[in-house]
Amino acid sequence: MDFKINGRAISYDGDGEMPLLWYLRDLAGMTGTKFGCGAGLCGACTVHVDGMAVRSCQTWMDDVEGTEVTTIEGLGTGDMLHALQIAWAENNVPQCGYCQSGQIMQAASLLADNPNPTDEDIDMAMSGNICRCGTYQRIKKSIRDVADGKIKGGKL
Amino acid sequence: MTHMVENVSRRGVLKGAGIIGGLVLTAPLVSKGLMAAIKKASGQLEASNYLSISEDGTVNIYIHRVEMGQGSRTGLPQIIADELDADWSRINFVAAFGDQKFGDQNTDGSTSIRKFYDTFRHAGAAARMMLEQAAAEKWGVSADQVMAKEHRIHNKATGKSADYSEFVAAAAELPVPDATKVSYKAKADRRYIGKSVRNIYMKDFVTGSSQFGQDVRREGMLYAVAKRPPVVGGKLTGYNKEAAMAVKGVVDVVELPVFEKPIMFKPLGGLAVLATNTYAAKKGLEAAAPEFEAGDNGGYDTAEYEKILWQAIDGEDVNHLKRGDVDTALANAVTVVEADYFVPHLHHAPMEPPAATAEWQGDTLRMWVCCQDPQSVQDTVAPYVGLKPVQIHVEATLLGGAFGRKSKPDFAAEAAILAKHAGKPVKMVWTREDDMQHSYYHTISAQRVKGALDVDGRVTAWKHKTAFPSIFEIFDPRTEGPVAMEMGLGLLDIPFETPNLQVDAGKARGHVRIGWMRSVTNIQHAFALGSFVDELAHAGGKRTDDMWLELIGSDRMIDPAKDGADYSNYGETLDRHPVDTARLKAVLKKAVEMSGYGKEMPKGHGLGISVHRSFVTYVANVVEVVVGDDGRLSVPRAWVAADCGLAVNPDRVKAQMEGAVVFGTSIALHGEITAKDGRIEQSNFDGYPVCRIEESPHVEVAILETTGVPGGVGEPGVPPVAPAITNAIFAATGNRIRRLPIGHQMTA
Repeated sequence: MDFKINGRAISYDGDGEMPLLWYLRDLAGMTGTKFGCGAGLCGACTVHVDGMAVRSCQTWMDDVEGTEVTTIEGLGTGDMLHALQIAWAENNVPQCGYCQSGQIMQAASLLADNPNPTDEDIDMAMSGNICRCGTYQRIKKSIRDVADGKIKGGKL
Repeated sequence: MTHMVENVSRRGVLKGAGIIGGLVLTAPLVSKGLMAAIKKASGQLEASNYLSISEDGTVNIYIHRVEMGQGSRTGLPQIIADELDADWSRINFVAAFGDQKFGDQNTDGSTSIRKFYDTFRHAGAAARMMLEQAAAEKWGVSADQVMAKEHRIHNKATGKSADYSEFVAAAAELPVPDATKVSYKAKADRRYIGKSVRNIYMKDFVTGSSQFGQDVRREGMLYAVAKRPPVVGGKLTGYNKEAAMAVKGVVDVVELPVFEKPIMFKPLGGLAVLATNTYAAKKGLEAAAPEFEAGDNGGYDTAEYEKILWQAIDGEDVNHLKRGDVDTALANAVTVVEADYFVPHLHHAPMEPPAATAEWQGDTLRMWVCCQDPQSVQDTVAPYVGLKPVQIHVEATLLGGAFGRKSKPDFAAEAAILAKHAGKPVKMVWTREDDMQHSYYHTISAQRVKGALDVDGRVTAWKHKTAFPSIFEIFDPRTEGPVAMEMGLGLLDIPFETPNLQVDAGKARGHVRIGWMRSVTNIQHAFALGSFVDELAHAGGKRTDDMWLELIGSDRMIDPAKDGADYSNYGETLDRHPVDTARLKAVLKKAVEMSGYGKEMPKGHGLGISVHRSFVTYVANVVEVVVGDDGRLSVPRAWVAADCGLAVNPDRVKAQMEGAVVFGTSIALHGEITAKDGRIEQSNFDGYPVCRIEESPHVEVAILETTGVPGGVGEPGVPPVAPAITNAIFAATGNRIRRLPIGHQMTA
């Protein structure tokens, strides 16, 4: 079966029940997508499939046939980063940093759907992404800064 | 201790090329000393184990502590860079491997900045003075005629300046000035210390290119997962090897060595499956369907065990502190208040489950581990693979959170054993279920506090007893309950001036692995202290902040030894880090001012307050809760006032306090690990919830910088949170929560 990761064409003929997470991390060597719980409970493994945020630990390889998968490595274009990535840096969001790929991917999906979310919209959209370091208020501010046009994409 | 260090190994960890050209040297170094040796090879200036300057002027800073979100790998270089007056863009940040020459690398106990501030500052200042001296000699002027600034030496008389690189070779020939001979920059001249410098890994974090323990990849590497005995001390009794081997991608099925007491950091035994990817290994392990017998701890049931803890509270007292005569004061009191508090086992649950990768290179072993202490990895792994600790090269990767769990490298030993068996590199992947079910849990505790009030509502006696299985039992199985160090986390430095004070412990034994978790026994002790002050305030008809101030009393330095306590003060002397009641009162007053504590609140809203000194830092919390008519609880806001002495990176200090409030809120609302038949009942974030975005308060932080000496930052924000929340619930509803987690107590 064929699909794309970050615009690159991929052919896969392995176990169709392998979660996309392990394909990305172990077979494709793309470790930006993190393993947190393996049960769709923490959001660390969030990627986009055809622009929609999904938990890659709960997405089978069979499910991604014919789709376009975007991971944190492909959110920006080369040196030009997504506005959320810049906002994350400007607000010093990450502490340990581990959950942040998933947080950013989830937030990017939110803003693509709803460019001007309320605080409740943000809570609702981000509720599936755990940050054990407790960076939530900075995550919220970063999403707000991008929604308000205060921070744009660019280089870091 | 003096030993030989071969510098060639250091080269292996340098990022970037051309930093040290062909440098191979050996020199005697004193492991814990700073200016142990000056090495003069290839003209490179080595001012200490933590700092060298290359001929091109690149500053190499060897960061011996790990990064797990607390910011040490940015904060420590800030200290050197400041005293060296270096250009931040010309620093090569080197994540140092495990080696005794770096001194204590155990990134734990909120020690990285507070224990190494002087050392790093000295290194930077010494190197700066050496460069200045070299420049003065070259220019034929006296040393006071030159000045280092922004990576250049300036000649004050001529106005001429030159880059540091011009003087490295000559400076390398000079002796390193010792601590009595260096001069430090004035506070006003600081460029990095006290500034919110951005994390050195920021770009990696936001682009997904940072490397955590789980992310390590080596050529030809196998992936391992394992099923360990669900009961500590249990044994593997059977499994289906053929079924596992039939799974595509499975390479081998390996029995791990049988676990034997004492617990220490030993791997637990069990069965591992090696495969070409994690998914295949997991499937293979499922197919192998390993079975276990329980062993001695198979009867552990936390609900039953709680009764044993209360019997310990009723039973024999092991005295740890005594002032005056509490029993007489209690007998003569106008009012006696008594309360029991309970805190269950807790788990760290870092977002990254533990992971370790091992690769044999000839007779030596290379490891990449998300560990808090690479030296402890060396010591733990060595006996399992027949090597000496120094033959194991351990790199601490970035840690996806740790909170104390990753200072116990049982998982690293598993990787090393399997790599030796397989003859290939192996990454040991712990799943979330492994992480939850095989932790070193925060202890389970019961406490009883009695207070005596006189006719004016003044506290005349405080009697406090705590019982819990000790961390130290994992090292010494004879340990029967709290040791002085654990008592010292919150109870031996009770800051009250009350004339009668007594602290006792009750005996208890552990049946799971007990370990330290962010702020350790301060968690339960601060919960009881903060709750009981609130209870006494209500009994005495006073505001809780006023009751705190009255109990704390006069401005003074407390010496717990005067009341017979064996107090360790977080490994610091009382001269350098006194127990200073004025600082405690100051953070309390600041939190009151920030939050408006004491003001009228709308129906269902309440403010709660608490304050606690831990890791030589003072933190006060005010928390607002809202309780709906149906008992539904939310925690919208919190205010933190913290005095950690010097804040090297103020924004990181703020971030740690923000995060600590969320961590403490998780403890208060949800945190509970239970065991039945010796097995942990929780296995993932459904059974062990932690705060999500909508449950987490917005936190406002004020940093009070009252001294120039840095205290701990990573942990001290946690202890006052839970009592502030439960006190706020009392203020809102009159419902007194004395056991954690709050869980369903509001709606039950």
